[in-house]
Amino acid sequence: MKREIAFTLNNEEIAVEVEPNWTLLYLLREVLEMTGAKEGCGVGECGACTVIVDGNAISSCLYPVMEVEGKNVTTIEGLSKEDGTLHPLQQSFIENNGVQCGYCTSGMIMSAKALLDKNPDPTENDIRVSIAGNICRCTGYVQIVESIRKAAEKMKNT
Amino acid sequence: MKGYDYYKPDTIEEAMKMMSTLDGAEYIAGGTDVMVLIKKKALSPQNLISLRNISELSYIDTDNGLRIGSGVTHSRISESDFIKRHYSALFDAVSNIGSVQVRNVGTVGGNICNAAPSADTLCPFLVFDAVVLIAGQKGEYQLAIDDFLLGPNRVALAKGEIVKGINLPALGANSGSAYIKHTRRKAMELPIVGIAARIDIDAKGHPNDWKEAFRRIDDISDMLRLLEKERFVCNDARIAMGVVAPRPIRAKKAESALQGKVISEGLLDEIGRIAASESQPRDTLRGEAWYRREMVHVLTKRAVLMALERMIHADSSNNPKTS
Repeated sequence: MKREIAFTLNNEEIAVEVEPNWTLLYLLREVLEMTGAKEGCGVGECGACTVIVDGNAISSCLYPVMEVEGKNVTTIEGLSKEDGTLHPLQQSFIENNGVQCGYCTSGMIMSAKALLDKNPDPTENDIRVSIAGNICRCTGYVQIVESIRKAAEKMKNT
Repeated sequence: MKGYDYYKPDTIEEAMKMMSTLDGAEYIAGGTDVMVLIKKKALSPQNLISLRNISELSYIDTDNGLRIGSGVTHSRISESDFIKRHYSALFDAVSNIGSVQVRNVGTVGGNICNAAPSADTLCPFLVFDAVVLIAGQKGEYQLAIDDFLLGPNRVALAKGEIVKGINLPALGANSGSAYIKHTRRKAMELPIVGIAARIDIDAKGHPNDWKEAFRRIDDISDMLRLLEKERFVCNDARIAMGVVAPRPIRAKKAESALQGKVISEGLLDEIGRIAASESQPRDTLRGEAWYRREMVHVLTKRAVLMALERMIHADSSNNPKTS
């Protein structure tokens, strides 16, 4: 009982055949082979699968694929420019040691991007709230918060 | 994952029709509970009927009271300045449910229909005397939230019925409210205990600008002393407690003990003690019964204090204060 859905993925209109019981994460990873979004807990608690749908950070592991129809989805794969230049958030995570094992990183960056898109001048508390649903077991969060803060500064000044 | 088909009706009527004709069907709203149940194999629907695309469920109406459609997400409620200022306890609850990712899709209707003993919105709805609007086979009807909640994950909905929204009556001129979620960490948590309070003050016989004197006070104990000295009386009060019974409950004895009394520190302590005696917590992994009861005592007092503080700062932009 496959269905065809059409939506915008990283600024590109696509149409794909899906099973109605898939999640968005399953479509991304297993069908489209975009493995930036990770499956951690699979029940919306760890944030590793975070992507942006219509401007909002969501857990793609709980997002029914059928709800994606007509929506605008951004994943970590959609952040860098075509020439390979990284997004300021990605660059900042590298420069400020916001990455250790890396498993949480794409989710962290997508949560941070959703924040900065809405609020380019966040307080430290805003930053902490925005990534409260993203678990990192390596860094202790300090460098991650710092990475986001510095990226926000850089983005404001360009 | 076992297969299911997925339907996206545009109207309540269409959704109810699908529910009556499709086998093994379940409604799904934000999915933050339903999808988890499916993944844990606690729910195996043959068909999911999504309520997400029904536009008649997504209203926020702030004219004379507050009316919220069941499909409104926690994020949207927390972005409403009106709700933050006037229905502060609800703001407190929705702005700390789960994470940003959960709040962006989870709906208020889902929170009340899932009816977890720890559901954050239920204590605020109890203190605001909320009424649940239900679309049933024979038309629309209303049920007080206190009658809607039956037990853990059980509500008074017949098969196929849909919660359309929730109505909160208008508040008195001198009222304030707060919800305190007691947790081990600051986010992505369920409460060990949740306490909501709403208090209305009788300001008859006091000058029109009586709040001004209070606004100059920083210390909350000084504020309490002045309330007592000036003989401010509690007009109306509600206290609700979560995770201390099979469903969130009102502390009705504590409420009546507040009613008509002059506000004082001693009274608030007494209210906390009464509320604790009304709670029926049990030992769970999240917290032991004796501890929960102690915390009901402490947090009831604190929630009423926060409500009083907000009542005084009701017109200022920093309401709710994050204290």
